Amino acid sequence: MSAAPSGITLATLTKDVRLEWRSKDAINSMLFFALLVVVVFSFSFDPVAEESRQIAGGLVWVAFLFAAVVALNQTWARELRNQVLDAYRVSPAPANSLFLAKAMGNFLFVGVLEALMTPLFVVFYKLRVLGPAWQLLPVAILGTWAIVVNGTFFAAMSLRTRSREIMLPLLLFPITIPALLSMVEATTTILVGDPSTSAKFWIVLLATYDVVFTTGCLALFETVLHAE
Amino acid sequence: MNDPNAAHTEAEAIIAVANLVKQFGRFAALRGVSASFHASRMYGILGDNGAGKTTLLRILAGLVPPTRGEVTILGKNNPREVCREFGYMAHPSLLYDEMSGMENLRYFACLYGLEDARCADIIAAVGLDPGLQRPVGQYSQGMRQRMSLARALLNDPKILLLDEPFSNVDIRSAREMVKLLARMRNGGKTIFVVTHQASLLDGTADEFVWMDSGQIINRTPDLKFMETA
Repeated sequence: MSAAPSGITLATLTKDVRLEWRSKDAINSMLFFALLVVVVFSFSFDPVAEESRQIAGGLVWVAFLFAAVVALNQTWARELRNQVLDAYRVSPAPANSLFLAKAMGNFLFVGVLEALMTPLFVVFYKLRVLGPAWQLLPVAILGTWAIVVNGTFFAAMSLRTRSREIMLPLLLFPITIPALLSMVEATTTILVGDPSTSAKFWIVLLATYDVVFTTGCLALFETVLHAE
Repeated sequence: MNDPNAAHTEAEAIIAVANLVKQFGRFAALRGVSASFHASRMYGILGDNGAGKTTLLRILAGLVPPTRGEVTILGKNNPREVCREFGYMAHPSLLYDEMSGMENLRYFACLYGLEDARCADIIAAVGLDPGLQRPVGQYSQGMRQRMSLARALLNDPKILLLDEPFSNVDIRSAREMVKLLARMRNGGKTIFVVTHQASLLDGTADEFVWMDSGQIINRTPDLKFMETA
């Protein structure tokens, strides 16, 4: 008898959420970091409403990207304690179930961070959306997935390196640039509400990026998991 | 001295390794190990630190690929193909400290597609209380080792690979674990025990495999070789 891959994914996701709920390692560090960024930037700049709309897209996503790195490092660190990852590796469970569960878990944690921090950004930067606000939802979903899918993969890749906390951003940030550009442009376009431009192009680009990189990560993850 | 690569030619080996070499950079952890092992036997793998015991076990478990050489387990050359037949217990517990023993086992049972009901039986079989709600991180070392053994036994494996199962375990608990292993061997399991506490296996293990500097230097039915080595 063998478990369905979706069942293993769900069990691993549930286990990760339970571990995070009990330890709060990732969420606390992410929240603290993102909060610092909001406060420090709000004291450093004092933009008027129009300037806020121009820079907020970049600020928000860079803050979320940096904060996400904290969660991404944590996600595999807990598998290294007591070498629990070896228990998964000797089992017949498919590697991609683990990868998807980890990526979905990170998506959830970063999503919670975004939900908590967005109101603060709105207040601190006096933001008011002039474009179609509903378009921010697909940007947030696709953008967050772009960060976590690559982040989960590269965090796994840097697991066995000596300085993995440094390796992850070194690997992740360059590869995320096209997605980051799309997220920032789409967010700024929506916030500014310029009728001559549309965020749709950037959203499609983001969706394409997600499909390509999710496929790539799934194709390569088994090799990464069982690499020496 | 016995032939270190002695094979029981009367029966087909359950595990056979041939010219196994494992390099970690310039360090050779295994240097041409060839041996065969048979079903329903308990093997004590002995040797000093750095002798290659753990590396051999990790190669058999499919966790580490050999640099050169061949591994045949249950007729297959890739340990991944027969991973359902393995139980692996490492020196660390391979358990999540923040979860209770039952929560840990339920998760690992799911990886093997096993029923939850089996978890309680296995926990009881290793002498622990299945109703224990404490997280594993708060267990004593002995309890953690037992729970780790329970995890290794979860899928009712044919082959058990145990790395230092008695370390930090009090002598009474260790003897109970040996009795449990003996019962499982008598029930048909093939058991490999890497240990520095060889005397615990004296009279129970069927064969002792002596390793030194990445090679098998002897295979004996008892511990007398320890006195001459």
